[in-house]
Amino acid sequence: MTTYPLVVTRRMTDHPADSHTIDRYEATEGYVQARKAATMTRNDLVELVKDSGLLGRGGAAFSAGLKWSFLAPARPAYLVVNGDESEPGTFKDRQLLERDPHQMVEGIIIASIANEVHHAFVYIRGEYPKPARRVQKAVDEAYARGYLGKGIFGGSFDLEVTVHLGGGAYICGEETALINSLEGLRGEPRLKPPYFPAAVGLYNKPTIVNNVETLSNLPYILSKGVDDYKALGHAADTGTFLFSVSGHVRKPGNYELPHGVTWRELIYDVAGGIRDDRQLKTWIPGGASAPWFVPADHLDLPVTKDDTAQAGSMLGSGAVVIMDDTTCVVRAAERIVRFFAHESCGQCTPCREGTTWLEMILRRIESGQGRVVDADLLLDVSDNISVGLAWPPKMTTICPLGPSAVSPIISISKYFKDEVMAHIHDGRCPFAVAAEVGHG
Amino acid sequence: MSNWPEATQERARVILARYPTRRSAVMPLLYLAMAEDGYLTEAGMSEVADWVGITPAQVLAVASFYTMYKRERTGRYLISCCTSISCMLLGSDEVLHALEDESGVPHGETDSEGIISIEHAECIGACGGAPAVQVNYELIEGITPEKARELVQWLRTARPPVVGTDEMQGLFGGRRSFDWAINEEGGATGPYPAFEPLGTVADAFGERT
Repeated sequence: MTTYPLVVTRRMTDHPADSHTIDRYEATEGYVQARKAATMTRNDLVELVKDSGLLGRGGAAFSAGLKWSFLAPARPAYLVVNGDESEPGTFKDRQLLERDPHQMVEGIIIASIANEVHHAFVYIRGEYPKPARRVQKAVDEAYARGYLGKGIFGGSFDLEVTVHLGGGAYICGEETALINSLEGLRGEPRLKPPYFPAAVGLYNKPTIVNNVETLSNLPYILSKGVDDYKALGHAADTGTFLFSVSGHVRKPGNYELPHGVTWRELIYDVAGGIRDDRQLKTWIPGGASAPWFVPADHLDLPVTKDDTAQAGSMLGSGAVVIMDDTTCVVRAAERIVRFFAHESCGQCTPCREGTTWLEMILRRIESGQGRVVDADLLLDVSDNISVGLAWPPKMTTICPLGPSAVSPIISISKYFKDEVMAHIHDGRCPFAVAAEVGHG
Repeated sequence: MSNWPEATQERARVILARYPTRRSAVMPLLYLAMAEDGYLTEAGMSEVADWVGITPAQVLAVASFYTMYKRERTGRYLISCCTSISCMLLGSDEVLHALEDESGVPHGETDSEGIISIEHAECIGACGGAPAVQVNYELIEGITPEKARELVQWLRTARPPVVGTDEMQGLFGGRRSFDWAINEEGGATGPYPAFEPLGTVADAFGERT
C-alpha cells in the first residue's frame, strides 16, 4: 500500500502509546509554533493561513484565513472550537481529541493570537466524555506550564480556555446553533445574514468558529511553511484531509490522505476493498448530508472538493460510508432520513414536517406497504424542502439540515429507481430484513 | 438558598466562574443537577434556574431541547445502542434486539428494578468500530449480539459502581475505530457523562476523582 505524508495524525502514528501526553507533545516540537505565533502580528498570521489555502474541515470547506480576515474590529472577540462532531459516518475529530489533544490546544493558541482572542471555548459533543476528559487534562497541563492563562509563555498575552460539553443535539454542529447553545439557549440556528458570527457571534461579539481538525493543522503550517503545506495537496485543495471510512469495507478507520487520490484508491487500496469479496453498490462521499456516488460513474474521480462538487456531491466532513450489494437502499435512505427527522430543531416548517413525512413514506415502502404514488410523493415532499432539488441545495430553511435529508432521496431515485419500485410492486423488501426497529 | 450539598455548590461556583455570563453555565449545571438526583428533576431545574438567574420555565426550554437531559428516571445503567447508518449496515438492529430480549426492556424504557434502561441512539461517532453501544455514555465498539447479551448479564449481576470505556471494551468490544492505545482509570458514576468538572468521574472503587 502507498504511504502518504501525514500532518494531523503524524504524532499518534509515530508514538501510539503516549501521543496524548504533554511530555510526548513537547518532545516532538510541541508548543514551539505557538511561541513563534506570540511574536507575530494578527496580519502576518491571517495572511499566512490565507496563503496556505487551509479550508475549514467541519464540512463547509471555507477558507480558514479568509474567515479570520472577516473578524469585525469590536472587542472582546471569541474563538469557539467546534468539536460537536455528529454527522453520521464521521469520527475523525474524536481521534484527534483523544489521541493528540495538545496539537489542537496549540492550534487554539495560534488562532487566538491571530484573532486577538482572550477567551476560547471548546464545545465537545456530550456523547464524547472520554475525548472531553483528554482535552480537559491537556488544557489543565497547558495552564500548569504557563501556556494558557495570564501572560502565556511569559509574555503579556492572556488566554483562558473553557471546555464545554454538549447535550446531544446534532444541530449544535451548525455554528450559530452552537453559539446559542454556548449562551445557554436552545441550540437553534440563527438567521444569517444579516449577521455572521465573525461580525456578531457569541454574546453578540465578533467570533471565530473553527473545527477541531482545522485548528490541528495550524502547528504544521507554521512549522513547515505555506509551500510545503500546499505541495501536500492538489491544486485548490491544499494539505491533507482526514477521511472517516465506515460500512462494508475490510479496513474501516480514519485515514489522512492528500487530496487528489481517486475513490478507487481510497476504497480498494486504502480501506482494503469490500468485505467478503462482495460488490460495491454505492457510497456516501462526505457524510449523511451528501448525495451518493455509484461505481459506474464516480470510481475514478479524484477525491477533491471541486471534482466532487462538479459530480453533484461534496466531501463535507470526510465521512465515506461504503455499501455493498447486500444493502437495501430504501432501508439505508430511511435510516439517514430518520436521523435528520430526529435532529431537526423544529424552527422551520419545511424541515420539521418534511423530514418526518419522508421518514414515514420510506418506512411504508420498506415494510411493503408502499403505494405506486409514493415514489413521486418522496420527490414532491423533497421539493418542498429543497426547491428544484438542485445541488448545492436551494434553501427554504434557516440552516442546511432540512435540505440534507433530501440527499438520500435524490440518490435512490436517480440510481436505484427499479429497486424502490420493486418494493412497491412486490409488497415486500427484496432483501432479507432483520427485526424492525422503531424510533424513540 | 441552595438545596445542594456544599461540595456540589462549590462545583457550581467553579463552573460559573468559567463563563463570561451566568446563563452560559446552564448546560453544565443541568448535568450537575442530574448527578445530584440521578435524573433531571423539577427541583433540580429550579435549583439551576436560581444559580443562573432565569426562570424554571426557561431552564425547561433548554433541557427539553437536548436528548441527554433525562427528565424521567432512567436505570442506573443507560445503554444507548447506535442504529444510525454505519452501525445499521453492520448489524446494529440485531444488537438492539439482543439488548431488548436479554434485558426484557424495550428501547425507550427501564426495567422494574431501575437497573437498566435501553435506548436507541443516533450516530455516536464510532462508525469505524460499528456496531457500537454506550453505557452511561462510555463507549464499546465492535460489539456483537452475543456480547450485548453478556453486557446486560454483567451489569445485572456485577452492578459495577463505575463503568469505564476501557474496561468494557476489553470485556465486550471488538474492532475499534482507531487504536485507543492507552488505558485510563475512571469512568461514569451514573447515566450522565463522566467529566471531571462535573464531578462525575470515579475510579473503579467508586471514589470520585
